[in-house]
Amino acid sequence: MPRLTINGQPVEVAPGTNLIEAARAVGVDIPHYCYHPGLSIAGQCRLCMVDIDKAPRPTVACNTVAAEGMVVMTETPRVLEARRSMMEFHLINHPLDCPVCDQAGECWLQIYYMKHGLYEPRMVDEKVHKPKAVPLGEHVVLDAERCILCSRCVRFCDEVTGTGELGIFHRGDHSEVGLFPGRPLANQYTGNLNDICPVGALTDRDFRFRVRVWYLDSAKSICPGCARGCNIDVHVNHRRPHHNEGRRVARLKPRFNAEVNRWWMCDAGRYGFEFVDDASRLDTPLRRQQGGQEPAGWDEALAAVTDVLASTAPDEIGVIASPRMANEDLFALRRLLGRLGIHRVGFAVPPAAPGDEDALLIRADKNPNTRGAELIGLDGDVVAILKAARDGRLRLLWVFAHDLFASAWPDAPVRAALTSVPTLIWSGTNANATSALAYWVLPAAAWVERDGTFTNFEGRVQRFRTAVAPLGEARPEWDVIGRISEMLGEPVQGTRAEHWFRALAAAVPAFAGLTYQNLGDAGRTIRARALPAQSVLGEVSEGAVAPPGRASDGAPSE
Amino acid sequence: MTGEKLLSRRFGRADAHTLAAYREDGGYTAWPKARSLDPAAITEEVKKSNLRGLGGAGFPTGVKWSFIPKGHAGPVYLVVNADEGEPGTFKDRYLLERDPHALIEGMLIAARAVRSEKAFVYIRGEYVEPWRRFAGAVREAYEADYLGHGIDVVVHRGAGAYICGEETGLISSLEGKKGWPKLKPPFPAIKGAFGAPTIVNNVETLCHLPHIVNRGGEWFAGLGTKTQGGTRLYSVSGRVKRPAVYEASVAITLRQLIYDLAGGVTGNGRLKAVVPGGSSAAILKADEIDVTMDVDGLRNAGTMAGSAGVIVMDETASIPEALMVLARFYAHESCGQCTPCRESTGWIYRMTERIVEGRGRKEDLDTILDVSRRGAGTTICAFFDGAVGPYISYIEKFRDEFEALIA
Repeated sequence: MPRLTINGQPVEVAPGTNLIEAARAVGVDIPHYCYHPGLSIAGQCRLCMVDIDKAPRPTVACNTVAAEGMVVMTETPRVLEARRSMMEFHLINHPLDCPVCDQAGECWLQIYYMKHGLYEPRMVDEKVHKPKAVPLGEHVVLDAERCILCSRCVRFCDEVTGTGELGIFHRGDHSEVGLFPGRPLANQYTGNLNDICPVGALTDRDFRFRVRVWYLDSAKSICPGCARGCNIDVHVNHRRPHHNEGRRVARLKPRFNAEVNRWWMCDAGRYGFEFVDDASRLDTPLRRQQGGQEPAGWDEALAAVTDVLASTAPDEIGVIASPRMANEDLFALRRLLGRLGIHRVGFAVPPAAPGDEDALLIRADKNPNTRGAELIGLDGDVVAILKAARDGRLRLLWVFAHDLFASAWPDAPVRAALTSVPTLIWSGTNANATSALAYWVLPAAAWVERDGTFTNFEGRVQRFRTAVAPLGEARPEWDVIGRISEMLGEPVQGTRAEHWFRALAAAVPAFAGLTYQNLGDAGRTIRARALPAQSVLGEVSEGAVAPPGRASDGAPSE
Repeated sequence: MTGEKLLSRRFGRADAHTLAAYREDGGYTAWPKARSLDPAAITEEVKKSNLRGLGGAGFPTGVKWSFIPKGHAGPVYLVVNADEGEPGTFKDRYLLERDPHALIEGMLIAARAVRSEKAFVYIRGEYVEPWRRFAGAVREAYEADYLGHGIDVVVHRGAGAYICGEETGLISSLEGKKGWPKLKPPFPAIKGAFGAPTIVNNVETLCHLPHIVNRGGEWFAGLGTKTQGGTRLYSVSGRVKRPAVYEASVAITLRQLIYDLAGGVTGNGRLKAVVPGGSSAAILKADEIDVTMDVDGLRNAGTMAGSAGVIVMDETASIPEALMVLARFYAHESCGQCTPCRESTGWIYRMTERIVEGRGRKEDLDTILDVSRRGAGTTICAFFDGAVGPYISYIEKFRDEFEALIA
């Protein structure tokens, strides 16, 4: 472990640590553009110059490995002078379109210029002109004039995705980033290029010019797009609601987690939040009337649902939970089912098309909480439930989140099952073909509208936090289920998601010892082995028995 | 005065490039000798010879070889830098065209010294005839069993970029990547071509090896100065009566080279300035030519021996125009990888062009000097440092000419 001093502060770092990271460890920022901890060292921007004792001239910190006894100074007059020079070089051919550049507020060219710039422009000649607003694939747009040739995007495509679509073409100050001829930017992670571009050269086709970043607020969250559970920041636009075409969620950005997603997230997850402010969002409970569904108040809906739950024999009730629900919701549901003695429970519904998967982040399971649902013990045979419904053995079916018509199962038996039960209840965020058949539709808060936790495929329990208020009257499922439980005579279980998580940690051994506090921002991995559903259920409530085995992928008609 | 010819002695023979002629002239006698020597003994002999790299950097050749990690398991590569691209330099072209077997024999010796079994020869793409001649010689050497037994040679043609003559840029290009120089450390001798320890030597440097093996390092050292042995080839061009490639000891003076070998100054007959070592070398004024042409002699004179491309200007030459032409070259050939070089070569070119066109500003000259000094020593490779040689020296030594255009 080399020990060195940086600006007089002693620091001990792991062997192989470069000086930018070593300095970071003692709170010293060394300005840089081309260096990114997730990519190889390029040493191109030449901005991260530092003085090392006895070295004849400043040297780049990115390509210098910390060594025992090294004495590093990051603010000497000649380092400051070198930085000023580099900033001048960086700006020689950079267009002065800051007022209209959509990177405004997040541009390290601007930030470093203010901190380290030369301020007196000496370049009076015509700048080199390059292509502007060139679309690169579905999500990225390139302004070659703003590019400082740091090559982060090129290295990302070479090293992270291994797809190598980008290169730097031409030479000298005519160099420009571009796609290799005839090759589209077609990897699954292109949005990351916008994140890692330190200036305004690569911007997001979805986000650019919609809202200025200084109007955005941020909440730490987890991507619900697949079982990976990438750590993200949700950026929301409260302050300029007229911007962004009324969308409250402006964008999702990956949040570093060394154990889960490092600096990255996939495009499907990043751009998969449209449903939050989509026209199909349900913002009030609905009751089926003749000719359609009409809004109803929560009081009425909850009373009616409670009533039908209480008045129906447990054996005539089926519940299809969802691996899109949070641990808190699933546990609240488990409690309720245990109290009522309902044993026809399942959550696994095979999608119409199998999910894609890769070796980087993307998981075939497009649900964020399959592992949580298993661990909480909601694992049962959905096919059997639908078959029971179709056979007239169910009087009540409660479906969460799923559109069963978007499953691998044929429509006809699904429709037969859903229309054979006298009372179909559907809970979820957005209307779909399944909700359209429901007698009661209970609007759920989207994940960005509430707190909760998901358990990823590796058994990592991770928190997501409220970024925006629930739309209309939508409520988290734990709240809806909790209120029903109360009406059934249970004492108040919890008025916040955190209360439910505490109860979960107390009741389900796999979650024992976990709290929102000790999950922190990065989450914690629990012993991933699922306990048999029955034993979990036994601890939760007497008398309820979940059927063994996983849902089959077979059609309910078989 | 010029002494014995080593490298150029066969240039006059029409069939010098053939194996038969090379053998007739005593070729391939050093290689059997070298093969019987321990590799370390060859390196020692080369260290003794004071042979220094003749591609431009002037680094001691034997010392460079000794940087290969001892006992390295796995391949070691020898890479021959035949990407001669410095304006005013054209001596390697002669060797490739007229004495290709001397290079092959030199490569065999160097490969044995560094325990390499594979050599890559990176030839400038524009050098079509030299490539044909050299590739033909390689075929002959394979047929005659000089190659193929313990040493294989790959001849690779560049696509035409000056930066591919920089040793790590050359390696990147050889690896099939963009010809961008690599960050150091690691140095090529530790991690070079395809990740293996690699020695990059210039054509002319290697062509000296058969003579050193045959006649000894001390003999070679005695031909030159105290710190640099042997002779070298000088590409003399510009305003001289006999522009050509000349061979002479590195102890020859620039004045002797211009007046005794190249026949003196043509044009108006009055010498104005000389570039002594390829376009990157700082320019010398007419009264500064009594310097020896060895690496240290020219370094002490504030310039460099470089590739020994001597460009002679008479008093009709416009120094600002000469600088503009060079600035255009450096702006065009900067690889664009690192910021100071990429941005300032273009900027400086635009300033010089403005000055030459009569649109210069008083502050331009100091800006060029300041930008040159700020950028020097901050880049991945020595390209910009090379460009700074002319930027600074042309303006400092001929400032009045520039100011006359601005006024």
